[in-house]
Amino acid sequence: MIKRGLAVAGFLVLTSCGGGVGGGPPSNITVFAAASLQPAFDKIAARVKSQYYLATTFNYAGTQTLTTQLIQGAQADVFASADTAHMTTVQNGGLVGGTTSVFAHNKLEIAVERGNPKRIHSLADLARSGLVVVLADPSVPAGKYAQEALANAHVTVHPASLEPQVTGVLSKVALGEADAGIVYVSDIVTSGKVDGIAIPDAENVIADYSIARLNSAWNRAGADEFFAYVLSSQGQAILSGAGFETV
Amino acid sequence: MSQARIPAPVLALAAAGLLFFLLPLAGLIVRAPWGQVGPALVAPETATALGLSLFCSVTATAVALVLGIPLAVVLSRTQGTLRSVLRALTTLPMVLPPVVGGVALFLAFGRRGLVGEPLHQAFGIQIPFTTAAAVIAETFVAMPFLVIAVEGGLRSMDHRYEEAARALGAGSWRVFARVTLPLLRPAIFSGAVLCWARALGEFGATITFAGNLPGRTQTIPLAVYVALETRPEGAIALSLILLAVSLAILIGMRDRWLGSP
Repeated sequence: MIKRGLAVAGFLVLTSCGGGVGGGPPSNITVFAAASLQPAFDKIAARVKSQYYLATTFNYAGTQTLTTQLIQGAQADVFASADTAHMTTVQNGGLVGGTTSVFAHNKLEIAVERGNPKRIHSLADLARSGLVVVLADPSVPAGKYAQEALANAHVTVHPASLEPQVTGVLSKVALGEADAGIVYVSDIVTSGKVDGIAIPDAENVIADYSIARLNSAWNRAGADEFFAYVLSSQGQAILSGAGFETV
Repeated sequence: MSQARIPAPVLALAAAGLLFFLLPLAGLIVRAPWGQVGPALVAPETATALGLSLFCSVTATAVALVLGIPLAVVLSRTQGTLRSVLRALTTLPMVLPPVVGGVALFLAFGRRGLVGEPLHQAFGIQIPFTTAAAVIAETFVAMPFLVIAVEGGLRSMDHRYEEAARALGAGSWRVFARVTLPLLRPAIFSGAVLCWARALGEFGATITFAGNLPGRTQTIPLAVYVALETRPEGAIALSLILLAVSLAILIGMRDRWLGSP
């Protein structure tokens, strides 16, 4: 659970010198976003900051953790979920202000060590004995999708661990402690420390990422700006560069 | 009454301190879905996780006793810079975020680790993701508590008994086993309890180094964390069970070992 804060003081100095676009006061928003969005959203935040003088503070974590935090009363302006189910939970809790919108898709891939020393080419290979396979826990969207993909491929895997965050799967493969794991394509594109083995569409599962402004937003205008930027052609280009499929 | 009266401000702050501890526990108990505690108690996953938690924490405490008491003895005999350095190294796992400890354990005992790689290549032994890994993680995080307590006991101990034994001709091992250890019993006991409690609640290093697999490495704290996301009532029920078991053991052991006052 990484929280990235921006130096608000420095930001205020910068914007007061630059004199804000449209004469509005400098503003800040808090975005709760699925851990897998971090590389793309960090870039989007940098653009939004330079274009709209809008500073973004992120709480990146597993979607289910963020959902729990929001239900428990955490204040945030925007929520970006790695699936639609958790967004629905948040919406049913009366926490969404405005519309929800699917803004990206992600597919699963098999993460293996650089150079694929264990010669893993398909989901079926993950059932081989002696292989250390790590999956995300089924309570996490990535883990639920992995179970679906394995079921689609009629493969039974005996995982060494069920990680509560998809980033845990990735880091264990990157450290060389696990031979393979099932993660998102975007994780592999942005990690650069593992190789990805594609899963055929017939077996794969498409994750729908959903975004919404929250009722607890302190900065509605800022939240709407961020929301719009993610769905704009520039925002979509950044997501595409980070390995997501755009809408 | 031979003891001086406790000043009112001290009493007030003590009450505030106690309340600060007890309120979160009260929250757990008040908000507990009592209807779910029964089903959670008899659920086979709970028994598995609880059994694993008890096994790992007791084993970790045993390992800590075997390695930690000698370490405390050596620590208590060193002086100056060496002592500061050794002591800092021993306390490091207490201040290290446990997740970082887990990564460090990978780098030492993982398949690519300093010790783990030769082990893996020579014997095909893989430590991560095993119950042994959970014990190692718990020992790493919890042993400092034992070492610090025993070292404190050694420093405040009356060493004249050891000198007397030595003067009467006892060898160094005999003095250690027959005089030092018995005198240290209260310090060893309280250190072991602290160590065990820390091991029982261990989460970060365990989930990093040992992973999370029911029946193998999923101890109660890990099970609670996973359950918290999907079924918070189940998580609270599990927490209560861990709390009740810990309390029962702590109270029971104190009476047995130290005699109730």
